[in-house]
Amino acid sequence: MKIELNGEAHHTEAENLAELCQLLELGDSKVATALNGMFVPEDGRHAHLLRDGDKIEILTPREGG
Amino acid sequence: MNIIDPAPVRKETPLKLYGEEFHSRLLLGTAQYPSPKILCDAVKASRTEIVTISLRRENARQKEGRKFIDLIGSLDVRLLPNTAGCNSVKEAVATAEMARELFDTPWIKLEVIANNDTLQPDLLGLLGAARVLLRDGFKVLPYMTEDLSIAEKLIEAGCEVLMPWGAPIGTGQGLRNPEALKTLRAYFPDIPLIIDAGIGAPSHAALAMEFGYDAILLNTAVAKAHDPVTMAKAFALAIDAGRNAHVAGLMEPRDMAAPSTPIAGTPFT
Repeated sequence: MKIELNGEAHHTEAENLAELCQLLELGDSKVATALNGMFVPEDGRHAHLLRDGDKIEILTPREGG
Repeated sequence: MNIIDPAPVRKETPLKLYGEEFHSRLLLGTAQYPSPKILCDAVKASRTEIVTISLRRENARQKEGRKFIDLIGSLDVRLLPNTAGCNSVKEAVATAEMARELFDTPWIKLEVIANNDTLQPDLLGLLGAARVLLRDGFKVLPYMTEDLSIAEKLIEAGCEVLMPWGAPIGTGQGLRNPEALKTLRAYFPDIPLIIDAGIGAPSHAALAMEFGYDAILLNTAVAKAHDPVTMAKAFALAIDAGRNAHVAGLMEPRDMAAPSTPIAGTPFT
């Protein structure tokens, strides 16, 4: 299915957010996720099934002011 | 030989934010440094106990997040995540929730930006997001203007700290509206007030501290200095100086000159 991942078009076979993170090899990374603008906690990623057109944000710690 | 004891130094009151005490009154941003090592050295030189950080999109190939969190974790400082770049209540709330999970802290520097050119805070959005987050247990440090009515409403909502700008983010213009900042200080004598943004020189920071502000949050002025580590130290000293001056009590300006040397005994009169 086609989703929007961090602002870019992305094709994935992942069924849910947790699988998407695994396919992106982010298993050992410190990331936080949001689906269609709503925060999804780490323990909720399995329960959030992906649908065509979903907008996913995967964020990570970075320097800031 | 007479030995004169120096006057006892007044014991500094710690800065108290959401029930936690800090001895440094400088909060430092972590962005735009020439290298990770210079960032770490500047943090140490500044003596800060709180640094700001952000969340950005992860690049799966580079995995920058892990490297950064390892670096910042080595500094032994409190992390204050921000919601920089958020333009709506929804974005700011989602970012704050993501930050709480990633950094394991309820503290959030809340930014809701009205205009991407001026980086002026969207005060209505700020208040809306603050209400949502405070109800959800966050410790909100709101980036605001010097507007009194919004300050009042943020305090009513439960904010225990306010962070008015000195000038727009990254401008280095200092205190663009000093009289309004003094009014804000006078109006809320018991709320910790931190100048956040616009500080370009140690003298700007010292002036804000002389006004009675509780602390200064800055980033660019240190990070973009020719020598960020020395500049970090300069800011720490200026903030100490301004704080000491405020505690000591500044003299009132006078319209007319007044001789400091005694008039009595003036020769040739």
